[in-house]
Amino acid sequence: MNPLTNLSPRVRAWLGFGLGAVVLFAAAPALLTDFRLSLLAKYLCFAIVAVGIGLAWGRGGLLTLGQGVFFGLGGYAMAMHLKLADAGEGNMPDFMELYGQLDELPAWWAPFANPVFALAATVLLPMLVAFGLGSLVFRRRVRGAYFAILSQALAAAMVILLIGQQGTTGGTNGLTDIEGFFGYDLDDPVNQRMVYFIIAGVLLALLALTRQLMHSRYGELLVAVRDSEERVRFLGYNPANVKLVAYVVAAGMAGLAGALFVPAVGIISPALIGIVPSIEFVIGVAVGGRAALLGPVLGAVAVAWAKTALSERFPGTWTYLQGAMFVLVVAFLPGGLASLWGLLKRRREATPPAPEVGERVLVKEVAA
Amino acid sequence: MTVILGQLFTGVSIGAVLLLIALGLALTFGQMNVINMAHGEFIMAGAYTTYVLQQTITDAGLSLLVALPVAFAVAGAMGVLLEWALIRRLYTRPLDTLLVTWGVSLMLQQLARDIFGAPNVQTKAPDILTESTSLGADLSIANSRLFILGLVLLAVAALTAALKFTPLGRRIRAVVQNRDLAAVSGIPTARVDRLTFFIGSGLAGVAGVALTLLGPIGPTMGTNIIIDAFLVVVVGGIGQLKGSVIVAFVLGMLQAMVEYLTTLSVAKVIVFIAIVAFLQWRPQGLFTLRTRSLA
Repeated sequence: MNPLTNLSPRVRAWLGFGLGAVVLFAAAPALLTDFRLSLLAKYLCFAIVAVGIGLAWGRGGLLTLGQGVFFGLGGYAMAMHLKLADAGEGNMPDFMELYGQLDELPAWWAPFANPVFALAATVLLPMLVAFGLGSLVFRRRVRGAYFAILSQALAAAMVILLIGQQGTTGGTNGLTDIEGFFGYDLDDPVNQRMVYFIIAGVLLALLALTRQLMHSRYGELLVAVRDSEERVRFLGYNPANVKLVAYVVAAGMAGLAGALFVPAVGIISPALIGIVPSIEFVIGVAVGGRAALLGPVLGAVAVAWAKTALSERFPGTWTYLQGAMFVLVVAFLPGGLASLWGLLKRRREATPPAPEVGERVLVKEVAA
Repeated sequence: MTVILGQLFTGVSIGAVLLLIALGLALTFGQMNVINMAHGEFIMAGAYTTYVLQQTITDAGLSLLVALPVAFAVAGAMGVLLEWALIRRLYTRPLDTLLVTWGVSLMLQQLARDIFGAPNVQTKAPDILTESTSLGADLSIANSRLFILGLVLLAVAALTAALKFTPLGRRIRAVVQNRDLAAVSGIPTARVDRLTFFIGSGLAGVAGVALTLLGPIGPTMGTNIIIDAFLVVVVGGIGQLKGSVIVAFVLGMLQAMVEYLTTLSVAKVIVFIAIVAFLQWRPQGLFTLRTRSLA
């Protein structure tokens, strides 16, 4: 017997949390070059999105193919503030001057000059949009594939809107050349490290939050809604509200990730938030293990890392590999890599133990 | 007045293209509850089939006519292969099917890039389709759009007749209405599924041929249009065709009208909001099959 399995779940959670903190805060900064560390910062932003998708899709069965929308809302809210701060009080951001279509700052840009408003907006704006769409859609019991298609259509509409309004959103280019982050110069490697530490801290905090949520009564209810929505309804709960919470929380996480992505990478553009990136968020979660807590994080980082490593040298090969990952993992290993350990262990032991709740239902996913 | 008529016809022709794509989806989604994200790549396959045929048959009109059945067969065969290899294993997991077929669509796009190159290619339309028919004072309609409209009407008529009068159609309807009961009545549901997939995917190939008349052929041509086609099916309601037919034209005209009054990008958003609002009223789509299921 593995000695680790004898510990109580709470102790194991603390151990894991501590290990994660050591890796992210001590090992990674010590071992990686500044360039690698800034790449890791980017991957961790994707990992934050993945935590939210893991909650909504893995636990709640809500396949959201439009997380890019929320990532983008958060990213644009942050980038708008940083652009305004770069330009200085009373000036317009450089790209608006460049296009020369506008005489003054559009009214809906103005509030983002206020840092408190902008920071709040990075999280609240995505949550508001998710609340609006979610409450309309879930209340009317639009679900399963229908919901997935609607969420994807939202991503398509958002991108077309952003590209169409070039004068005020930067169009296809997006918002680029972001230089400062609340007074800190982003060209300075020390400040880039600071941004990395903020992202890592946010990821750990959100993981802790998500673990609490998954282990709470609400978490149980969410899994119940995923597996048998009708039964939950007959028990007197309203499944629409249960789903709504998961969807809104996931949207908030994606928004926060987008906001942190902007100082880490220095750009936000429609190409980063459209249909394709939105579904790429999902593949990391699927590879890692959708219903596990850490699966989505590790999967997102691994897939993003593989993409960087492969797509530069062999862009074609990467696309095939990405497609093959979707096919193989989703079709034949729906629990993701996180379920491999359990599968191997079960095969080795003579009498198979009862599978964990989260796993058993994944084998035969609920019909929509 | 002519402006409005012109916009209306633009809407009708947008709707016709949407419908041609959505017909195949309505068939497979309705029967098997399967979202096939690779449907867009079957469209692409149909378009590239037209391109390849035109390399050998230089007469533009003849190659277009030959391309219609060949593209149907090529795309249909790809659909059957996909159904046999993957989709039939995933019938109880519709959301996973969506992701798996997305993976397939990624690979097919890359395959097209490797075979035909990343830049778009063009086919030459027959002369008669590059002209316009003038209707009244200053209203004229491109013949290619009229051709597509005719093609769609033909496809709808043929499909409706096939579903209504042929033995295969009867079986398909039986499986759609109640799969278990159809199975115990001796209908080979697996074989019916495969044939449905052949027809549905084949129609995507035909849509691909039609799209070569409207624009360039490229590896990602299917990705963007497929979402609108899915929305048509969702709003039209699954299990029958008439909902998709009505919704495709209504959405096309709504899109054209709003686009005329505002801009393309605003029109997309307004159409999306209209769809969500419509689903508040009829969450199962315009028409639904009556079933006894709780959903």
